[in-house]
Amino acid sequence: MAQIMLWEAIQRAHDEEMSRDPLVICMGEDIGVAGGTYKATKGLYEKYGPLRVMDTPISEGGFTGLAIGASFLGVRPIVEIMSVNFAWLAMDQMFNSAAKIRYMSGGQLAAPCVFRSAGGAAHQLGAQHSARMEKVFMGIAGLRVVTPSNPKQAYGLLKSAIRCDDPVFINEHELMYNMKGEVPDGEYFHPLEGSEVARAGTDVTLFGYNISVHWCLKAAEILDKQYGISAEVVDLYSLSPLDRAGIKASVSKTHRVVIAEEDEAPVGVGSEVIAIINEECFFELDAAPVRVHSALVPQPYNHTLEKAAIPDHEDVVKAVLKLFGKA
Amino acid sequence: MKIEDKKRVLREMVLHRRFEERCYQAYIERKIGGFLHLYPGQEACCNGVMEAARPGHDYVITGYRDHVHAIKCGADPKEVMAELYGKETGSSKGRGGSMHIFDAAHHFMGGYALVGGPFPLAAGIAKAIQLKGGDEIAICFLGDAANNQGVFHETLNMAALWKLPVLFVCENNLYGIGTSIERSTAVVHQHKRVAAYNIPADECDGQDIDIVYEHARKAVDHVRAGNGPFFLELMTYRYRGHSMSDSRGYRSREEEEVWKQRDPILMLRDRLITAGAMTMADYETIEKETDAYIENEVIKFAEESPEPRVEDLEKYVLADRESQQPWLTGKAA
Ligand SMILES: Cc1ncc(C[n+]2csc(CCOP(=O)(O)OP(=O)(O)O)c2C)c(N)n1
Ligand SMILES: [Mg+2]
Repeated sequence: MAQIMLWEAIQRAHDEEMSRDPLVICMGEDIGVAGGTYKATKGLYEKYGPLRVMDTPISEGGFTGLAIGASFLGVRPIVEIMSVNFAWLAMDQMFNSAAKIRYMSGGQLAAPCVFRSAGGAAHQLGAQHSARMEKVFMGIAGLRVVTPSNPKQAYGLLKSAIRCDDPVFINEHELMYNMKGEVPDGEYFHPLEGSEVARAGTDVTLFGYNISVHWCLKAAEILDKQYGISAEVVDLYSLSPLDRAGIKASVSKTHRVVIAEEDEAPVGVGSEVIAIINEECFFELDAAPVRVHSALVPQPYNHTLEKAAIPDHEDVVKAVLKLFGKA
Repeated sequence: MKIEDKKRVLREMVLHRRFEERCYQAYIERKIGGFLHLYPGQEACCNGVMEAARPGHDYVITGYRDHVHAIKCGADPKEVMAELYGKETGSSKGRGGSMHIFDAAHHFMGGYALVGGPFPLAAGIAKAIQLKGGDEIAICFLGDAANNQGVFHETLNMAALWKLPVLFVCENNLYGIGTSIERSTAVVHQHKRVAAYNIPADECDGQDIDIVYEHARKAVDHVRAGNGPFFLELMTYRYRGHSMSDSRGYRSREEEEVWKQRDPILMLRDRLITAGAMTMADYETIEKETDAYIENEVIKFAEESPEPRVEDLEKYVLADRESQQPWLTGKAA
């Protein structure tokens, strides 16, 4: 197993799938000649040419719709939306066309498209370049949503998403493209559904996804070493559908829950996980679940304010200690 | 068009007109629900263009005023009516309704309810054709008011940039619901708007099928020959309201009368009679036969068809689970 960076993992998945199937194409702003804002499509233009690696005009609604139309005829487009903040402009086509086409055509047409986008707060990018929008995508019937927390997932989720006959939104994180991790040398398909126990534990479950998995892992380390609390970390790489069985299994084991997300709390992964716990295993709980999340503000530019708006592993530790009456 | 073709098309247009009028009645009887947008007055547009193209082979996409386009591509009128009745036998299995008729087998890629939504989808279909190397073209029929959406311009730019085989047909009926084109759009003649994208464009009378056909032939040939997109504007008029809840207070009865004098079906009929190709009695027979077909077969089929089963409510949201197992479980086949 090789240690590669997350952007390399995404690039490798593109390359393998494009060399296998001439109908796999990719498109987005600056992805071709320039090699991609996050290098995720590096070298593909030279290898596959402009018909299959398309540098698009800055027309998110237009090129997303174009990709969806092509997918009706069996083309498998991978659309890169440069930043998830710009995805608002493409949502009409993602939601009204891609997500509904199978249903409203009575199963005659499908939109096997992949939409990838970098979300999350990076460093001081301000209100219009720091959005977390997974909450918007995960409530749409007919659309799958996955979000990788490491290079292996980034590679395997993209591979599966390209092959899947449903439209899939892949929520990436601006700060994670250079993260290193092991990726299998052979072809690997990560499941699009389910969840993963990233660290086993017995006293409390920390639910995270994408970047917050790393806060949870770091928090678990501290909790173990400094407080003797054994935390289980569950990686919710599939946000739609959420893994009801996986959530139930872990809560039934630990009986305590913290959900960590970089998104703001109202209407999000945290609320959804708590609803699932209510429905699946309410009586397993020994304490009320706690959410760790961003402040409900447009992202501030100022460094100190930005830091205050976004949670990290320390907030997860604090939440757990409170849950155990230790803070 | 040859005389024989004109006679066939006249019969088709009568079917298109009578089908829509029968829908109106069924709506009043509450057999059809939701929004219902009818096509009478504009028949020469769809028929003229599709006679110049290859129905069932070329890919067609349009908005919510879509029954006639579907039928012209080869959809069975019985299934279209069953769809309007919300039945399991409908073209979209009762899941779509009037605004979402689909017939993938005949390359009718659907009716869409978001004004302007089909523009980029049409370009995408053309992109797929380009990648696969087929000789089909994509044809996008939309209204005049749709051109005020941003994706209109985004799509024209990409279609021209990438030389996509797509024909944009603008059925300019002078209104977007109750707002006249002068009141919504700085340019009445829509073909002028595409000049900025280096796309060849043409405009003609949309009531006279011979004229539409001649112009459409050039447009279709241009696109099929691999020259990239073309924009064809057809000046036309819808005789009924925008949808069913429309008392037409925004336009005058005099204006309507002027356009009714140029009824596309009657113009073609009279031309064929003058040419000695048919008699008025022949025409009346066509009307009678059409009405009988609609009543005895189309309506009967829709009435007698079963409703979808409630157990199947969530069918078609996502791909069938079994077929997707490898990707859902992560185990390659
Ligand atoms: C995005 C969007 N905005 C508004 C509407 C409401 N609406 C439905 S049809 C229509 C007018 C469209 O007129 P035009 O494109 O000229 O087509 P026509 O109905 O005349 O055939 C409007 C505003 C809609 N369906 N979608
Ligand atoms: Mg109009």
